[in-house]
Amino acid sequence: MRDYTIFIPEYIAAGWAILVIAVELFFPRVRRDGLAYLTALGALVWGISALFFIGKTPQSFQGLIESDNFTTYFRLLAAGIVAAVSIMSASYMRGRTKAAAEYYGLLLIAGCATVYMAAARELITAYISLELLSFCLYILVGYLKRDARSSEAALKYILLGAFSSAMFLYGMSLLYGLTGSTTYDGISAGLAARGSSTDAGIVVAFVLILAGVGFKVSAAPFHMWAPDAYEGAPMPITAFLSTLSKAAGFALILRLFSVAFVVDAAEWRWAFALLAAVTMTAGNLIAIQQTNLKRLVAYSSIGQVGYMLITIAAIGYGDQTVGLNATSGLLIHLIGYVVSTLALFAALTTYYNKTGKDTVEGLRGLAETQPFLAVVITVSLFSFAGLPFFAGFATKVFLFQGATTDELLWLVGLAVLNSFISLYYYLMVIRQMYLFDPVAGMTRFKISPVMWVLSAGLMLGVLFIGIYPGPAFKAAENAAKPLFQQAEPSGAARAP
Amino acid sequence: MTFDEGQGYIVLATLAAPLLAALIILFIPSEQKMAIRYVSAFFAAVMLGLSIYIFVAYQVDGEKIQMTLKWVWVENTAFLGKDGITLHLAVDGISAPMALLTGIVAFAGTITSWKLNYRPKDFFILYFTLLAGVYGTFFSFDLFFFFFFYELAVMPLYLLIGVWGSTRKEYGALKLTMMLVGGSVLIWIGIFAVFHEANLGTFDMQRLFAAGNDGTLSPTFQKVFFPMICIGCGVLAALWPFHTWSPDGHMAAPTAVSMVHAGVLMKLGAFGIIRLGIQMLPVGAEFWMPGLMVLGVIGALYGATAALTQRDFKLISGYSSVSHMGYVLMGLATMNQIGVTGAVLQMFSHGVMTALVFLLIGALYDQAHTRDLKDFGGITKVMPVWVVFYTIAGLANVGLPGLSGFTAEFHIFVGTFRAYPVFGALAIVAAALAAGYMLRMFAIVFFGPFNIRWKDLKDLTPLETMAGGLLIASIVLMGVWWAPFTDRIGQTVAAIPGVIG
Repeated sequence: MRDYTIFIPEYIAAGWAILVIAVELFFPRVRRDGLAYLTALGALVWGISALFFIGKTPQSFQGLIESDNFTTYFRLLAAGIVAAVSIMSASYMRGRTKAAAEYYGLLLIAGCATVYMAAARELITAYISLELLSFCLYILVGYLKRDARSSEAALKYILLGAFSSAMFLYGMSLLYGLTGSTTYDGISAGLAARGSSTDAGIVVAFVLILAGVGFKVSAAPFHMWAPDAYEGAPMPITAFLSTLSKAAGFALILRLFSVAFVVDAAEWRWAFALLAAVTMTAGNLIAIQQTNLKRLVAYSSIGQVGYMLITIAAIGYGDQTVGLNATSGLLIHLIGYVVSTLALFAALTTYYNKTGKDTVEGLRGLAETQPFLAVVITVSLFSFAGLPFFAGFATKVFLFQGATTDELLWLVGLAVLNSFISLYYYLMVIRQMYLFDPVAGMTRFKISPVMWVLSAGLMLGVLFIGIYPGPAFKAAENAAKPLFQQAEPSGAARAP
Repeated sequence: MTFDEGQGYIVLATLAAPLLAALIILFIPSEQKMAIRYVSAFFAAVMLGLSIYIFVAYQVDGEKIQMTLKWVWVENTAFLGKDGITLHLAVDGISAPMALLTGIVAFAGTITSWKLNYRPKDFFILYFTLLAGVYGTFFSFDLFFFFFFYELAVMPLYLLIGVWGSTRKEYGALKLTMMLVGGSVLIWIGIFAVFHEANLGTFDMQRLFAAGNDGTLSPTFQKVFFPMICIGCGVLAALWPFHTWSPDGHMAAPTAVSMVHAGVLMKLGAFGIIRLGIQMLPVGAEFWMPGLMVLGVIGALYGATAALTQRDFKLISGYSSVSHMGYVLMGLATMNQIGVTGAVLQMFSHGVMTALVFLLIGALYDQAHTRDLKDFGGITKVMPVWVVFYTIAGLANVGLPGLSGFTAEFHIFVGTFRAYPVFGALAIVAAALAAGYMLRMFAIVFFGPFNIRWKDLKDLTPLETMAGGLLIASIVLMGVWWAPFTDRIGQTVAAIPGVIG
């Protein structure tokens, strides 16, 4: 029996996207800001409807799509991101485009695509969701068509994106040939039946899939598109790229590798460990040299992706329990990272709207001219660096501790070292704001109440996760559980 | 609620006071400078009072750790079992004097900063955040929170030095922050490894101490990870050769920050070696202690020698701190009762006397705008009180009987002679060098021909005198009546496995 009710939240989101477009169609004089807030409201309704799915028994749609806690987790995350980004976009897009409705509609559609990347239990479904997300993002990156940088970014993104999709697809087809199935369960069974011998076909298939998803989460050496796309895209879309697109990529990777591929972990886990090491090191070292804020954030987020990839390696190296622990760590770190990034971009967008500056030097003296924004930026950067009281401290402890196994201690050590390197370039930004006086002519300025509330709210979120991570961590564990059904409750069972 | 639980809330209040102060100041408009100062002074006084209470109320014949407060933070989630992460605050015989030290130095630093006029609001917010980190580290018996507060104490330094500092402040601030956080990298890795190896599902330090003792943390593991944790913490304790941030950082830092930093923060490093090193990894500690002894002696000699040739007041104190922290590390490395007790005594003693020295240097520099020894001469004529205070601090530094330095160094030397006689002899040489650099400075600055350029120098303000008086009282107290300190420290040190009587 086909149960269509599991799609209700996405009916709302996709329907709302059409509604937003229709509103502009029938009421062409509607205020552009209104559309942004309408979209945020839609995302809110979408998120609330998703709350009803928490803790329900997992429901499967024909074995293709699974609605469980893991899906719900990403529903909530995606809804939150869409809401925050659309509010951010209101003031940014105001003077920059005449056709705003499609922009906001695409935000919601991209959110739906993310959910299905998390929910997919079949390769074709996963691939279509991935492409749906990518196409939304290609358009959004190039949305400022009169801006050459925006168009260039979109072109680069499309070309490399198509290339990586092709690799992903090729890997999928090889895998289908080897296992005779496209469903995750079928692949898992096929791999188990194959025995433990290593042959070239399976390794090539895994490496191709890894390259395809590696591109989506911008893991080095597949990261080349990210800095250009980040720099050229409208600023709220840069935030969107570095949060939603990465969350979606990890949602796909997590379910695919922990459910379908884990039986053959020996064939791919080394590749993930290597990918994690290269990604975090390259991201953080290149970030040191950046002078443009968007590029700096691009490389810093590549570094963050490197930390998160350790989890996937840990899933490969450990048993189900280690997988559960590591994935819980990754999911909570993802929340901390997303909230910190959104807070950072809320502040940067506000500043950019006011001054048109998006370089590190451009922040000079911000502590004098707009202390509130300086605090928000500092808080989010310190959170990235993993300093206490901010989300990054607690979530990094959970992420790294969860992934610590005998085989991966070196990688965790490298990640800690990288966090230390990252602190250097974050301090270089903070230095501009606090240690120098503003350039001549810059005086104190006010910011709009909406952006103030958004930035303050996100900053409080960063602090809340940092100070009281318990509930979020529990939620992350519940979300990870469906992926690791055989996991034993660790810790708790061992308590005296 | 039992009595001990009630006491636990006092410990919590001591930790919460600086955080509350920072929060309240956050909501005072920055133009209300006087209000900010009064609030700061009030909370500093509260912290001092609570710290004294904790020190006095600690029962020498009581439990090993007292005034316990345990709040579950996260448990039964993923890798965390029961009591996975708890806000476990308590006091033992080592943290009691350290809390007292923090209270004294923090209060002195706050009232010394009374005249600070450039963005006092931001300054005090960061300053109190730092103090919360210091208290938290001393009180935490949970590895997660221990490190949480440890990092919290380091974090505000970059801005405190970078914004309010002096000589080469950007360089000093960045160097200091990066070196200290670099040390944290090693501690992080150690913590992840310990949690994984112990496999208890909890960050509770008491259970991890037990694990270190009963072999759950295997001897090989301890030997591999002790150096990591020891060097990681050692960076903050100015362990040679990782001390280079100390002179530059101190030179750049504003007065109150120098006081708190040299007075209290550097002790966090030595405290970390005791907690995470000696108490948690006793086998590793025993194995590596000769190495720490060598580095400690080199630090003591090197710091003293370098101080002999400096011309900047703050550099002299910076290098003398390296030398004195070298004694602390030597005391720890003896692994015998008297030596380790001496190390903790020295942490206290060095804390109060360095705070006094930096207070006095700050008072001079604010007027003279130079710290070059050669610029001064015959200062006694214009700043008599200043000279008296400085003399007391200097003599405590040298180890004159009757002052705190003597008590501490005597314990350390006795301990060192018992364990490693050769190094004991070298330590005495370092003490002699200390006399050399102190007396050289006295001669150049206090006496000698009076430089007419300084005829308008004012003596200490009443507030500075008060802060200095408080510090001097502590120096003298410990010099003449050290039983309250040695009782408390000794009781805890005797219970540390691996420490011989």
